[in-house]
Amino acid sequence: MKKVLAAIIFCNFMVSSAVSAEIKIGFVTTLTTPAAVIGEDMTNAVNLALEHLNGKAGSHKIEVVFGDDGFAPDTGKQVTDRLLKQDKVDIMAGYIWSHVLLASRKSVLDAGKILISSNAGPSQMASKLCHENFFSASWQNDQTPMAMGEVFNKVGIKSLYIMAPNYAAGKDMVAGIERTFKGQVVGKDLTKWGADAQLDFSAELAKAKVSGADGLFVFYPGAASGAFTKQYHQAGLKDLLPLYSVFTIDGISLPKLQAANFSGIVGSKVTQQWDPSLDNQANKKFVNDFKKQFGKYPSFYAAQSYDTINMIASAVTAVDGDMSDVAGLRSALKSANYNSVRGKYSYGNNNFPIQNFYLREVVEDSDGNWTTEVVDTVFKNHQDPFAADCKLK
Amino acid sequence: MQFIRSFKFFILASLLVFPIIFNQIGMSFYLDLATRLCILAIAAVGLNLILGYGGMISFGHAAYLGLGAYAVGIPAHHWLYGGLDFLATTNGFVHILIAIAISGLFALLTGLICLKTKGVYFIMITMAFSQMAYYLFVSIEEYGGDDGLVINTRSEIPLINLDDPIQMFLVSFSSLIFFMWLVHLITKSNFGLILSGIKDNEARMVSLGYNVYFHKLIAFIFSGIICGFAGVLLGNFTTFISPEMIDWSRSGELMFMVILGGVATVMGPLFGAIVFVILEEVLSSITIYWHLPFGLLLITVVLFFRGGLSSLFSK
Amino acid sequence: MDYTLLLIQVLNGLQLGVLLFLVASGLTLVFGILDFVNLAHGSIYMLGAFVCASLTYALDSYLLAVILALPIIGIIGYLFEVFLARPLYSRDHLDHVLGTFGAILVIDTIAHLIWGPAGIAIPLPNYLDGQIKISENIELPTFRVLIIIVGLLAAFGLLWLVNFTRLGMLIRAGASNRTMVSALGIDIRTLFAIVFAIGATLAGMAGMLIAPITEASLGMGNNVIITAFVVIIVGGIGSVKGALVAALLIGLIDTLGRAFLDDFFKIFMSAAAAENSAPAISSMSIYLIMALILSFKPNGLFPPKLR
Repeated sequence: MKKVLAAIIFCNFMVSSAVSAEIKIGFVTTLTTPAAVIGEDMTNAVNLALEHLNGKAGSHKIEVVFGDDGFAPDTGKQVTDRLLKQDKVDIMAGYIWSHVLLASRKSVLDAGKILISSNAGPSQMASKLCHENFFSASWQNDQTPMAMGEVFNKVGIKSLYIMAPNYAAGKDMVAGIERTFKGQVVGKDLTKWGADAQLDFSAELAKAKVSGADGLFVFYPGAASGAFTKQYHQAGLKDLLPLYSVFTIDGISLPKLQAANFSGIVGSKVTQQWDPSLDNQANKKFVNDFKKQFGKYPSFYAAQSYDTINMIASAVTAVDGDMSDVAGLRSALKSANYNSVRGKYSYGNNNFPIQNFYLREVVEDSDGNWTTEVVDTVFKNHQDPFAADCKLK
Repeated sequence: MQFIRSFKFFILASLLVFPIIFNQIGMSFYLDLATRLCILAIAAVGLNLILGYGGMISFGHAAYLGLGAYAVGIPAHHWLYGGLDFLATTNGFVHILIAIAISGLFALLTGLICLKTKGVYFIMITMAFSQMAYYLFVSIEEYGGDDGLVINTRSEIPLINLDDPIQMFLVSFSSLIFFMWLVHLITKSNFGLILSGIKDNEARMVSLGYNVYFHKLIAFIFSGIICGFAGVLLGNFTTFISPEMIDWSRSGELMFMVILGGVATVMGPLFGAIVFVILEEVLSSITIYWHLPFGLLLITVVLFFRGGLSSLFSK
Repeated sequence: MDYTLLLIQVLNGLQLGVLLFLVASGLTLVFGILDFVNLAHGSIYMLGAFVCASLTYALDSYLLAVILALPIIGIIGYLFEVFLARPLYSRDHLDHVLGTFGAILVIDTIAHLIWGPAGIAIPLPNYLDGQIKISENIELPTFRVLIIIVGLLAAFGLLWLVNFTRLGMLIRAGASNRTMVSALGIDIRTLFAIVFAIGATLAGMAGMLIAPITEASLGMGNNVIITAFVVIIVGGIGSVKGALVAALLIGLIDTLGRAFLDDFFKIFMSAAAAENSAPAISSMSIYLIMALILSFKPNGLFPPKLR
């Protein structure tokens, strides 16, 4: 009898320990090199999300382990392997850079774990490399520039000069704009990217200037954006060659541009799936608390990271903390049943979001800080163009 | 002396045994760490042949690692996605042959030019050639350019399954032992004696009638081939290659392994690789500012421990 | 060919060239005279940019900040010489490389701790922020023109210093025969420290000049140091004149390659392939030039007189 009792107590102990077990989330982002400025914003948002959740998904404690990709695909893969094998995380998330995500993808999926991208959305992973265990909490790379191309058509821009960094996402951005833009692309420059990225664009800007294009379209995320916008301004192109960008003028670069008093940027327009001014409960709480804690507006990277944690928490709650139930996690994630700061959205067959894209304008808020504000909805419930190439149903 | 010999044996034995034990008790991460360590140590052994024994400070040996890894990745890529049928294969022996041929050829062609220069000029021109290889792979869109290339299937070798981490480790470990032994043999051979003679006093060897340029070139090619082989293992181990692996900073890391461990010693490259890999992994998991203690350590070693780590054990 | 565009690109190349010269001249002096390989020279360039950025915000003036930052960087260079470089002079190049690589890691991480990862933009006063009309259809950003002028002034100043002053005479003498100079009763240690501080100041100045364009950012030094080494190797170690010629050559090749190579490639390959490979090939071109020059002149274009 005693033995049975002991066994029952033991079993209970086992069960209860399983219930209160910590759930570990691996989160890969950039914490060193100048691109760490993005990683910092994402880490802040993740910690804010944990704080809002009281560190719990349902009754399960969740913990996030951060990894630094050093802005390089091979380092990113190495740190992914470490998080999987040494820290034994239950689920992988994060990833700013498309090439880092592409390099790390196989490690996570081969281990049978769920992989969630908080930013990168390379076209390959939306089409032939799509996978049932991979989800995007952001967008597919082509979508945002596609929205921009649509704006160009509306405004009546006939010719464009394009500049972007030479890596997976840069190429997707260029492809995206060419997908919807009906005018002519008169010139294109792909510049060196990575830890030793090219930051002096004098040669390229001089070419753009004489190209006679109606507009200049660029994609320079992170630290490069400040350098680019400054040089654009110094080259005196503001009236000659209006600047249009995606993922370049954001919550990260605006405070810096304002500190350098670069007023030419106010009024410029960008497209995005999210904006601090979006009117929903979750977003208001997120933006207000983020501003209170960190003294600046969150960037879209932060918004997507905040969403990532909430999305994972919703899935963990759905399977009641049983992380071995991958099918259960999958269907919970696929339902997108959480309060996203971008509002309600759904998932397509390739596990990329079907969502709205907005046109935003840089404005000065009531406190005199520069931020963005939605002026128009460019796409409603937009699905990426690669979904048809994905074999998932 | 006896103590030192048994100490070296102890290091090698624990490098073989502990990772496997760790793997069996569910800490498979340490097995991977040991595999990476062995592969980097092979490359360091290759570099030590010319840097330590031959006095040729090459700042471009990461290029050979990259060439070896691409020799796995490119045939596997074509095997999976078509194109260039004569190259498309997953046969490991073919991969190794390609790696040896390409890295040997690269060493021959660059060596012909590099070995005309001396001192710092030699350091910089080897770096220049590896940077050219770096930008060459950046420019080839087909193989991923800057984004790198995912190797979806590992090399196939009869009786060996490289997908199994333990077998991957054992292959790397035994290759390391083989190359340490081979380089040891070379340095004890007539050729090796001439090589170290050149390092000590090149003018004397010339006046003794030796063809210095030729001997240096042969050593340079040998060293490149060893690193190329390490590259094959590295490609199979990480299943991902990018031009980043050829970057000059990676060549620098290889150099530091050799110098840290102690140049012109059999065990030096291994010591260097052990310290480097452990520091990198341990420090970087503690703090993202791990470069600070790592840098201070490098400075301390340079200022106070001349002759590297193996000098601590051998005298 | 559009000649106005060509002219503008030549001026852009000139700007890159003079900046490279400012970094490379210090490197070549230290290398030629002290026989010391200083990989951390690029970190001092970075420190110049960051110190200048902080001072610009503190003093609210870019010019004042530069004037104040220059001696600060000189002092940092002096301290670097005393604590790290001096103990290593008697060692071989391997130890220099290892030690100064350690210094790069330390300085970069300290900069990360002090200034954060973000990088700092430096605002320019209005009179420097516009454009200068050079002719009917050639306009250049004022600040870039200023960089060219200041850089060339510094270059000729340094050439004058090395060739026509007593200090320069000692420097040249030290480069060709160190023992002889000290035998003549010159305090070689002070001479070395002065040379080191001058080199650091010039590198810091380059950092201060580029920062208003690209921002002060972590790792900016590591991008420039390898190119600077290429410059001094091509120019011939220890030769200030060689460094000037090589820096301008490499600045022009790099810029013109970026500007025109893709159009050139489009003649014989597909547009997509040309756009992708041109940037890489133009980055490769400077190493190609270096290998070519060294295979014909193994000691660079202007090798210093034998020791």
